[in-house]
Order: sequence, then C-alpha cells, then structure tokens
Amino acid sequence: MKKNRPVNLDITTIQLPITAFVSILHRASGVVLFAGVAVLLWALENSLASEEQFNALKTTLNNPLCQFILWATLAALAYHMVAGIRHLFMDIGIGETLEGGQNGAKIALFVAFIIIAALGVWIW
Amino acid sequence: MVTAVTSFGRSGLYDWLIQRVSAVVLAAYTLFIAAFILNTPEMTFAVWSELFGTLYMRIFSLLALLSIAAHAWIGLWAVLTDYLTNRLMGAKATVMRLIAQMVLGLVTVTYTVWGIEILWGF
Repeated sequence: MKKNRPVNLDITTIQLPITAFVSILHRASGVVLFAGVAVLLWALENSLASEEQFNALKTTLNNPLCQFILWATLAALAYHMVAGIRHLFMDIGIGETLEGGQNGAKIALFVAFIIIAALGVWIW
Repeated sequence: MVTAVTSFGRSGLYDWLIQRVSAVVLAAYTLFIAAFILNTPEMTFAVWSELFGTLYMRIFSLLALLSIAAHAWIGLWAVLTDYLTNRLMGAKATVMRLIAQMVLGLVTVTYTVWGIEILWGF
C-alpha cells in the first residue's frame, strides 16, 4: 500500500448524513450514561437506605440543578436505548438498506425526542 | 494474527454477542422500572423497598448491574480504540489508552460492588 496516498479522515470537513448523526449521538449518549450510572446508583442508594432518606431524596429532586442532572441522565438513557433497539432491528434484517437506515434514523430521533420531552414534563 | 487483548470477550464475535445480550437485559430492566413507576399512583418508601426486597428483583437488578459492567467495557473499548490511536494521538497513544482503560475498569468494578452493597445492604 502506498503510504502517501491521499486520505480524508478529517470528519469536520464531511457533512454528517442523518445515519451518522444518529450513530455519533448513540456513542456520545453511551459515554454520558457511563457517568450517569453513578447518578442512578446514588439515587437508588438513597431511595432504599431508610424512609427518611427516601423522603430527603424526594426533596433533593425538587432542586432545579438536581432535576436537570436527572433529566440529562434519563435523556441519555432514553436515546441510547431507542438507538440500540434500532440496531437490534437492523441485526434481524429490518432497515438495513440505505433508505431503510435513513428512515430508521428518523424514527429513532422522533421516538427519542418524544420520550425525552415526556421525561422533562414528568420531572418538572 | 494479533489478538485484541483488552477487549471484553477476547474476540469481536464474543463482544458482539455479549453487547446484544446485555443490551436486551438492560432494556428489559429499564422498561420494567419505568412501567412500575408509571403504574404506582403514589410512590412511597414501603412500596419501593418492598419491590427491591424480593428475590426476583435482586436477581434482575444484579443481572442489570453485570450487564452494565460488560456493556460499558465493550462500548468504551470501542470508543478508546477509535480515538486514542497512534494516528490521532501519536506514539503515546497505547500507553494513554491502557491507563484510561485501567481507570474505567476501576470505575466499573466500583459500580458493581457499590450496586451489590445497595441491593443487599438494606
């Protein structure tokens, strides 16, 4: 292989198609979610420790900053799950074509948006 | 052939399958918790702690915890081997990646032990 052949892997010069956009968001939400596990474990610990701590957690979750952190974590979870389910559909052969992939990406974005909006309504 | 020594299942095919099995477990767990919360008119400590006191819920939660550990390791391995590469980071990339993987491994083990303590500690 010639070492001096031209390559263009500078993704900032490439416009992302919707499938790539959905894919990179899936990855980013996964990384966010790894930190989010700490938030969820912290909440679970407080919710189960005692009745006082359970009620204290409810009070803590009235704080706007805590609400935002919880919403961001659950939004990452919702998006990651929807995009992951799209992957499982593609594994069984649904939506594997170029057009199918683009439609699947649109559906995933739409469904994730609805869930994330609903989570916002539920938290606030 | 050079085998991938830092991947989870030591082969792409194992990682592929483990990633999907753990994903299904985590999706089922997430949907179960969401359905439980939505179907409980008033969430109290009694209702919540009774759920997590049952054996089936502890098994389901432990499965989810182990799935998080495997799923996160495979996912973050894919991210790190994409970005912490010699092409992007220069000659130090491999050392940087191994250090990053050790830190992430430590966090993963911490999550798992912490989760077990929560589940069996109340």
